[in-house]
Amino acid sequence: MRCLVTGGNVKVLGKAVHSLSRIGDELYVEPTEDGLSLRAVNSSRSAYTCFLFAPLFFQLYEEGSPDPDGETFRCKVLMKSFLSVFRSLPSLEKMVEKCLISLNPRASRLVVQLHCKYGVTKTHNLSFQECELLQAVFDKELCANMLRAPARVLVDAVIHFPVTLAEVTLGVSPAGKVSFRNYLDEETEPSRTMVTELCLSEDEFQDVQVQQQSHVTFCLKEFRGLLSFAESSNLPLNIHFDSPGRPAIFTLSDPLLEVHLVLATLSDPNSSSQVRSTTLQARPANGAFPTATPDDDFMGDDIDSYMIAMETTCEEGPGLPSSPTFPQRCPHPGAALESESSTMESDLEGAVPGTPPQKKFRSLFFGSVLTQSQAGTHPGPSQDVLAEDSEGES
Amino acid sequence: MFFPTELQTTTLQAKLFCPVLEVLGSHLLKLYPIGVINTIAKLAKTCTLRLTVDKLYFILTDKVANGGVSMWCELSQGNFFDEFQMEGVAAEHNEIYLELTPENLSRALKTAQNAKMVKIKLTNKHCPCLTVAVELPSLSSSSRIVTHDIPVGVIPRRLWNDFREPSVPDFDVSIYLPVLKTMKSVVERMKNLSNCIVLEANLNGEMNLKIETDLVSVTTHFKGLGNPPWVSEDGSQNSTQDRDPESMAEARIDIRKLLQLLAGQQVNPTKALCNIVSKRIVHFILLHEEVSLQYFIPALA
Repeated sequence: MRCLVTGGNVKVLGKAVHSLSRIGDELYVEPTEDGLSLRAVNSSRSAYTCFLFAPLFFQLYEEGSPDPDGETFRCKVLMKSFLSVFRSLPSLEKMVEKCLISLNPRASRLVVQLHCKYGVTKTHNLSFQECELLQAVFDKELCANMLRAPARVLVDAVIHFPVTLAEVTLGVSPAGKVSFRNYLDEETEPSRTMVTELCLSEDEFQDVQVQQQSHVTFCLKEFRGLLSFAESSNLPLNIHFDSPGRPAIFTLSDPLLEVHLVLATLSDPNSSSQVRSTTLQARPANGAFPTATPDDDFMGDDIDSYMIAMETTCEEGPGLPSSPTFPQRCPHPGAALESESSTMESDLEGAVPGTPPQKKFRSLFFGSVLTQSQAGTHPGPSQDVLAEDSEGES
Repeated sequence: MFFPTELQTTTLQAKLFCPVLEVLGSHLLKLYPIGVINTIAKLAKTCTLRLTVDKLYFILTDKVANGGVSMWCELSQGNFFDEFQMEGVAAEHNEIYLELTPENLSRALKTAQNAKMVKIKLTNKHCPCLTVAVELPSLSSSSRIVTHDIPVGVIPRRLWNDFREPSVPDFDVSIYLPVLKTMKSVVERMKNLSNCIVLEANLNGEMNLKIETDLVSVTTHFKGLGNPPWVSEDGSQNSTQDRDPESMAEARIDIRKLLQLLAGQQVNPTKALCNIVSKRIVHFILLHEEVSLQYFIPALA
């Protein structure tokens, strides 16, 4: 893979990397025929982001030939290392004329070369690790509510909250009121904490589609990371969300770049939507994963939290038992899933309050969306939700 | 409806929770009060807010929990609010005492920088709260409204005596402080070397800041500061006139407390002075146009 970024796009790339760095410690790099995708996920699997740069974003874009198995090459690098190349945005803007990223599977390095003014070239050789597909399963079409606003409006909204605030609750009503409120978790005493609420009218939004009154709580820090990118790009931000517990999807798009940020939202233990939110939880093949119900307190006394069930599956061949909960389209959970689930269970049993992350959001479902034959036609970030409502199944 | 909740009284505390406070002011945006509230937020985690018809007071009493420091800050409400409506617990005691976290107030007012209107009201949501509602300009026809509910404790009248204004101590030396920014940078560097600092001054306008450890001692000398003229109540000259002008009065105080006071100053006060009671206490007085702040730091043993 080789791609060359020039001019103002270098800064856009830099800003994207900064935004990605707010999410996870590893950067997943995957060149596809639709463009270069950069993804990150956080350690608790409650936040996922994907920046897809179309081939036209680059002055030169060579995807590279797929390996003999027909699989596109993908790898991950340490976010810290990649970020250090783009650390100083002002100097990127002033000094860097071109940025060449090349990836050779047979070599052991991802090379990022910055061609700067005055004949200076900085070459960064980053080591990478081959990795499995990182793909969160979500479908914004299934979300009942949608808001679209210029990033500026949302930046102005969150500025009223302290930088240290962990979660924020977004509320909408059919009457056209949109509110942001700081979220107080069970550990904070309500009589000692300030509650801040900002109300915006729907006039401030470019589009508001709200079916019913709802509110969702998500992590503010990760959202701010996307906001700062959105602000500099001048693109409107779309927020798709549904009921508490279902992920909130934030998107930006433009012909050259598509950005998705998926954040898990806190499920509301008192609402009936609790049941629906189990849809997004992956189950191991043997179905031994405990069903998440309001009464289930295997996590201790934090009934809002469920261990994130996440699988990054790889394209293992047939021969592994298919999970009864996955529909036919996704029949082959890989070996990774098995080991993942056993660690998950032991983690759950031994969960110690105080081990990070303190708050465990409803999981995002990451699924293997490709069978062997479908590997070549990678559908892109918007996927159908593959797991059906698993309520009632063992 | 601007406010989501109206003031409610609970049956248990009907007598205590009668105060009504509704303050309307767009002038709250002036730099001084916000600056002072920021200072207070740095000085104390919690403090008492006393509201009377004319003034607002931020009070910190010298409890052990505060390390013996105490503070008295006075603002005239007329300078900041367009409308001020208050009803204390009883007609003859038309005052309200609230316990709150000044940092919350400081954060809430930060959002009021560009506000069209700020309204402060005492409400009872999940608990008694000082609700600060800010109407902000927006790109659309309707304004943005930010509300901050700051939890407060209503202090019952029987405890009001704890919050009386401290009297000016019988000091040995009174001297104007050097430019606070300079003083702050000096003290900041000293902080790395020692936990205690000796503040000494005389009636010749000289002040020294000293630290002394086993390994090093550092002294910074300030001259030509001037001594404020104090007149005692009976009109006679201050007893300090009999004092040898060269003789230093000194007090050894916790350097962090001094730094908290200096670091919080964002706007240079009109007048800044301190009164030293040798080996007992240092009394700082900072005056801005509409605000006065007094801060007492006890001397260490």
